[in-house]
Amino acid sequence: MMSNRMFNILVPIISVILGLIAGAFLMIGFGYNPIEGYGALLNGIFGDAYVFGETLRQVTPLILTGLAVAFAFRTGLFNIGAEGQVFIGWLAAVWVGLAIDAPAFIHIPLAVIAAAVAGALWGFIPGLLKATRGVHEVIVTIMMNYIALYSTNAVIRYVLTDSRDSTDTIPDSVSLRADWITTMTTGSRLHYGILIALFAALVMWVVINRTTMGYEMRSVGFNQHASRYAGMNVKKNIILAMVISGAFAGLAGAMEGLGTFGYMSTQSGFSNLGFDGIAVALLGANTAPGVILAAFLFGGLKIGALSMPLQAGVPNELVDIIIALIIFFVAASYMIRWVILRFSKEGRK
Amino acid sequence: MDYVIEMLNIRKEFPGVVANDDITIQLKKGEIHALLGENGAGKSTLMNVLFGLYQPEQGEIRVKGEKANINGPNDANRLGIGMVHQHFMLVDTFSVTQNIILGSEPTSKGHINLRKAEKEIQELSDRYGLAVDPRAKIRDISVGMQQRVEILKTLYRGADVLILDEPTAVLTPQEIDELGDILKSLIAEGKSIILITHKLKEIMNMCDRCTVIRRGKGIGTVNVPDTTVDELASLMVGREVSFTTEKKPAEPKETVLEVKNLVVQDSRKVDMVKGLDLDIRAGEIVGIAGVDGNGQSELIEAITGLTKAQSGSIKLTGKDITNLSPRKVTESGIGHIPQDRHKFGLVLDFSVGENIALQTYYQNPNSKYGMLNFKNIYKKAGELVEQYDVRTSGLHATAGSMSGGNQQKAIIAREVDRSPNLLIAAQPTRGLDVGAIEFIHQKLIEERDKGKAVLLVSFELDEILDVSDRIVVMFDGKIVASRKPEETDENELGLLMAGSSSEKVGDTQ
Ligand SMILES: Nc1ncnc2c1ncn2[C@@H]1O[C@H](COP(=O)(O)OP(=O)(O)OP(=O)(O)O)[C@@H](O)[C@H]1O
Ligand SMILES: [Mg+2]
Repeated sequence: MMSNRMFNILVPIISVILGLIAGAFLMIGFGYNPIEGYGALLNGIFGDAYVFGETLRQVTPLILTGLAVAFAFRTGLFNIGAEGQVFIGWLAAVWVGLAIDAPAFIHIPLAVIAAAVAGALWGFIPGLLKATRGVHEVIVTIMMNYIALYSTNAVIRYVLTDSRDSTDTIPDSVSLRADWITTMTTGSRLHYGILIALFAALVMWVVINRTTMGYEMRSVGFNQHASRYAGMNVKKNIILAMVISGAFAGLAGAMEGLGTFGYMSTQSGFSNLGFDGIAVALLGANTAPGVILAAFLFGGLKIGALSMPLQAGVPNELVDIIIALIIFFVAASYMIRWVILRFSKEGRK
Repeated sequence: MDYVIEMLNIRKEFPGVVANDDITIQLKKGEIHALLGENGAGKSTLMNVLFGLYQPEQGEIRVKGEKANINGPNDANRLGIGMVHQHFMLVDTFSVTQNIILGSEPTSKGHINLRKAEKEIQELSDRYGLAVDPRAKIRDISVGMQQRVEILKTLYRGADVLILDEPTAVLTPQEIDELGDILKSLIAEGKSIILITHKLKEIMNMCDRCTVIRRGKGIGTVNVPDTTVDELASLMVGREVSFTTEKKPAEPKETVLEVKNLVVQDSRKVDMVKGLDLDIRAGEIVGIAGVDGNGQSELIEAITGLTKAQSGSIKLTGKDITNLSPRKVTESGIGHIPQDRHKFGLVLDFSVGENIALQTYYQNPNSKYGMLNFKNIYKKAGELVEQYDVRTSGLHATAGSMSGGNQQKAIIAREVDRSPNLLIAAQPTRGLDVGAIEFIHQKLIEERDKGKAVLLVSFELDEILDVSDRIVVMFDGKIVASRKPEETDENELGLLMAGSSSEKVGDTQ
């Protein structure tokens, strides 16, 4: 019998390979050369310092939203609200960036913490409603996404600016960008945030696996009755789990606000960072190291795909379908799990 | 000889354990065949193999003489094999009918025909005397009824061979008698039955033959009329087992638990404990006898802080603990072996080690400054598993992968090891084999001899009579009588439990 751990590693890898194969057939079907296509994709991820910098830049918020979803998952909760938590965190970071004048070593931490706190607050509300009223967190977090989207737009337009569509750019004292990084990656928007994301992954791993707090939250996620029997405060733990999850997503917002863009503009729709976070968490089997790897894959595909139309002539639409196929196979990993089980049974007869 | 089912030389491994090693069992048509073995011997595993849930590494299964390939429950159903699992698999919020048809819904033009199903189920229920209401919701019916629903489910799918995995462990004595009648009527209709049970008396009363397995190996099959309880026990355990527990007379000291005028409601806001008084002293075991549903669960939940008491007071060694949180209650010196091990006792997805730390994970040496110390947690778990003979495939395996009896032993190890001033044991030996029961009873008596107070709740009068120093009978939310075990017997207790006024049988309280 295959061990569980092997299984958790094998399934995502097979999913990705199957997705790539399906994509290859699709390209052949439409008369494109899949080797050229995937060559262009790889080139678009690793090809030069610029694209690699952009890939890492894209990976940064995905790690954080992936952690947010994975953390909630591990405690028995489904956080669909990372999307909204990102916006709120983004807004908070930019707001603090613009409102305060301070040296970088105070200004940056302050803005980053503000983003985490704002995201945490956006997680607190569904957590509170779930713990005290039994309202399902999926419904509340989806609603909270819309509230976040429109209220951030309103704040940008009527509070932070005078009916403009974008805030001012944050001062250097709070920017996560650094000249030497920009120069090294020949003008990419890569910033220090990647270190924050990796550190957050370490935090998630430690909290979930090594602390009494994580033990309680996991226990409550699995069995509330037994947790109460063991003297844990079930309500507190549900709320806490949503708060921590929200904080991770809020940090992803800070990456956009303080790193990639340096401002926040009104949005016509969702950024998809939060929704991609669900796929990242799923592919990463809800573990911190898994999330990092999965975020690299997703970020890579996103940035690499930009090169496919230019270098291999594969049209944009087809590229989107190929990416979607890979995600589809990942999401369908339960099916792949089932097939593997089936085969390992047959093999034994 | 025509056998309906033959399992020949079956072998099944899990990572780290051989659960079945060369086991053979042959079921004759129209017999009730017992499957006996210690906790973790591999009984459930063997039956899961027959039901197609596991694939054996070796061996052959024959159904009515023909070699069969059983790849899943659907194959098993097709071959006329039905199974009632040790832990039920019902959807709480569905009705009886919905649960029974789940997975094989009768449809007409794409719609589920619930009426038709209800009628069929009613007919089946009447035919075998099951008295099940097809429209009742699962969460509103008793455990005994839920079990009958599971039986109906197999019959509805056309089972000729029924596998019952420890059906009596969750039943009250009356319900067990009723189950016996149901099994007889099933046999009369031409069914054959494999029955797993740890209760040797039941085997003697109900079964025709008995196959014994020990630590995964087949020991043999005996004809029940040709054997005795003692022989069965020693076949199973591999040594002599004593059935009555040796103990010195109790030396009760100061009062440990003092319950006064306690009123507790259940989740429907109905009074279940109605002004109850109870004292337990250090160095004595008090057994509560009573029919299930007379307020025992609510009493325990109130003492342990899981439910709020409406009124009255609970004192532990003189300190008021009424309506404290479960954590505070535990820390003030109470241990609790809960009646429902899957609901309260364990986090099934946690490892064995993490479960053993469930009450102490936040304390030194299991953790420090909020950081868990897994080295200490697993070291302690290893010691307890050894000491209480809990059989697992490893401390890192999930609690859910342990056999039912070993799950129970793990809980007992956790609670008894803390050596609390008051140990509350609700049905502590449910689902345990005779050897393990002997061991657990000794442990309870050891705690008593250390000067701790023990509160035992059991639906088995044997156990109550055997282990208690003082027996109180609970009826309709109150203690209605108090007896010394040597001055009473099953008959008198039975009468008192049924609510016959205690003056008639002479009250001593
Ligand atoms: N899914 C599983 N994964 C790993 N080990 C398992 C699994 N199921 C059972 N085991 C192991 O196989 C052995 C036999 O378990 P099984 O449940 O068959 O025992 P049992 O005879 O039914 O015991 P009980 O009377 O306590 O219910 C045990 O050691 C158990 O830990
Ligand atoms: Mg079993």
